[in-house]
Amino acid sequence: MAFKPASQKFNATINQVEIGSGDKKITLGGECTLPFYTFDAEIPNAPKVGVELTDLGIDETLPGLKEFYAGAATVAEQAAKAATMEGADFISIRFEGADPNGENKSVDECVEIAKAVADATDMPLVICGCKNAEKDADLFNKIAEALAGKNVLFLAAKEENYKTVGASAGLAYNQKVGAESAVDINLAKQLNVVLGQLGVKNETIVMNVGTATAGYGFEYVVSTMDRVKAAALSQNDAALQMPIMTPIASETYNVKEAIVSEEDFPEWGDRETRAIDMEITTAAACLASGSNAVILKHPASVATISKMIKELV
Amino acid sequence: MALKGLDIFKLTPKTNCKECGNPTCMAFSMKVAQGAAQLDACPHITDDVKAQLAEATAPPMKTIKVGEHQLGGETVLCRHEKTFVSKTLYAVAINDAMDDATVDAKLEGVKKVDYDRIGERMYVEFLYVKHEDGVDGAKFVDLVKKAAGLSRNLILEVEDADLAKQAAAVAGGDCIINGATPANFEAMSAAATEAKAVLGVKAGSLDELYDTVAAIEKLGNKNLVLDATADTIKATFENVVQIRRAALKNNDRTFGYPTIVKVGKLAKDDDKMQMALASLFTVKYGSIVVMQDMTYAQALPVFGLRQNVFTDPQKPMTVEPGIYPINGATPDDICATTVDFALTYFVVSGELERSGKPVNLLISDAGGMSVLTAWAAGKLSASTIAKFFEEQDIAGKINNRKLIIPGKVAVLKGEIEAKLPDWEIIVAPNEAVQLVKFMKDL
Repeated sequence: MAFKPASQKFNATINQVEIGSGDKKITLGGECTLPFYTFDAEIPNAPKVGVELTDLGIDETLPGLKEFYAGAATVAEQAAKAATMEGADFISIRFEGADPNGENKSVDECVEIAKAVADATDMPLVICGCKNAEKDADLFNKIAEALAGKNVLFLAAKEENYKTVGASAGLAYNQKVGAESAVDINLAKQLNVVLGQLGVKNETIVMNVGTATAGYGFEYVVSTMDRVKAAALSQNDAALQMPIMTPIASETYNVKEAIVSEEDFPEWGDRETRAIDMEITTAAACLASGSNAVILKHPASVATISKMIKELV
Repeated sequence: MALKGLDIFKLTPKTNCKECGNPTCMAFSMKVAQGAAQLDACPHITDDVKAQLAEATAPPMKTIKVGEHQLGGETVLCRHEKTFVSKTLYAVAINDAMDDATVDAKLEGVKKVDYDRIGERMYVEFLYVKHEDGVDGAKFVDLVKKAAGLSRNLILEVEDADLAKQAAAVAGGDCIINGATPANFEAMSAAATEAKAVLGVKAGSLDELYDTVAAIEKLGNKNLVLDATADTIKATFENVVQIRRAALKNNDRTFGYPTIVKVGKLAKDDDKMQMALASLFTVKYGSIVVMQDMTYAQALPVFGLRQNVFTDPQKPMTVEPGIYPINGATPDDICATTVDFALTYFVVSGELERSGKPVNLLISDAGGMSVLTAWAAGKLSASTIAKFFEEQDIAGKINNRKLIIPGKVAVLKGEIEAKLPDWEIIVAPNEAVQLVKFMKDL
């Protein structure tokens, strides 16, 4: 008696969303299977790996990271360097410095940085904000204008600012819109629906359904993604068929395991190794749960995760 | 096929005697059907009926026990559908071709990683001892003896039935003999049965594995695990998913067994790839994940991930109520309080640690709910905080008289001041991320 494999073939497909222009442009989504289930159906576009940069520069407390970016003083130079990273598919710039409660950089200053980055590399770009909804809306609007034609993804529009971000990035400047919600399938769906009502086409939306570091409530991430993919594929829910992009580094480098020094916790060993292992573990778990793209910081993590993806797809 | 409550009810005495602890036979039957009660709880069901029902109510995936560890027994493919029941366990691999120094270093490494995280012991549960081709069998037995000294359960990879028996005899407890193949399964199954060990089965393809398992089951041995490791990462992932899916979706009990995945072998000496694969197979269906090493850097993320993935969605993760001194706080330092929901605790304690300020974090029992939910449900109120202070004798243990309360329940300030008149109540910001600045400005 031979083994009869169970198959989970779906008649629905995740939307394909292109980011970037020219030779380096990438396509997210397009699959009609669960993550890495190539034995059910072909996965036309392998998940992608992005490199996380911020306008505040490189974290110099991590020796390996510092060495990789040695000599790259400006964000644009760092972007050019990041483009050479083994396994990198796109670059993400996070404008942390724009935070009104932080350095409060002006929108104009951030736009200049974004323009310089776009000139320095032909990699697809993702623009992340400072988590202040009002400032982000303004920032995204101006950058969308300045980078017209570059097909940039803005990560992300939230419940508080989706109207402005959707109207400017999505409608006026024809860029791609990220839709960010907090680890809850209903919130994710609702945001996609209201973006749709605004006139933003489903095919220009990428979701960030929220994330957490492994060990810090990650079960919600797994279950949210499991449910989103189930709704998109088995119930053919068009409001949840957007590909998912998950920023990893912006979470994992903030937990104790990645922060405390070896002097304080000698048995835990080298801090950079811990930070990389945390980043890799979280990224692999997100990809296994449904992310179509992840954003990572360390060259070792980018190389490993992209290699894992190549092995699996 | 899973039985319905009514089918079970027909076989009960229908006397509503309540001896099983349920009000009626019908209620008991419904619970059994859902897996919430065991059939054995009814003293009146005959053994014949029990056997008949046991076959029908048996879960599609067997629960295999090795020592105090439990593998398999899963009923759903996604945790939100119900819950995962047996967490992924980890092993570190050694073999008899390694020199003593390497083996000692690995055993020492395994011993070192042993800590507590939210009430769960985090350590490497198994040692995976492999017999390499061409090495003297006596050396293997010696290595097994040595490994047994670490008081972990052992997985023995050996395809020679006699050697397996010798090794199992010195394994110092329950073990898994991972060595049945389509070529040797009869002898290996007999050896494992004799040694009262779980038998690991492997084959070149899923088809072959399926036939081999079916043949071993025919011999009467159903105490098995399946070694799903193939030559490539892709094929291994397919094996693990197909085995789990066949059991749970198609009710194909031939594949209703836990799996072993050797990620160290698949990663080919690439530590970082091993980390990625350990994570992948923890999320997707690996029952035992075999690594080359388990350092703290590797253990912290993967054990944390496992703890998350295998929590029951119906029961929130909680931390023990009590006083948690942060940044070396003494009884003279300020106090802060929040709920016992593990995620809240982790976020709040993490931010407090980052502030660098010594503070005593007081965790009260809030039923594992987040701050606002607990407040809405009456589990976090001035009374519960006052009661907690009394029960834990906070005033006796702490000399400082300042208490920081979560910003989201600022409304409680007045009531708490009334209940704890000696204390100065300070309201924290709404979000934990604002705590670092708040503590520094305090």
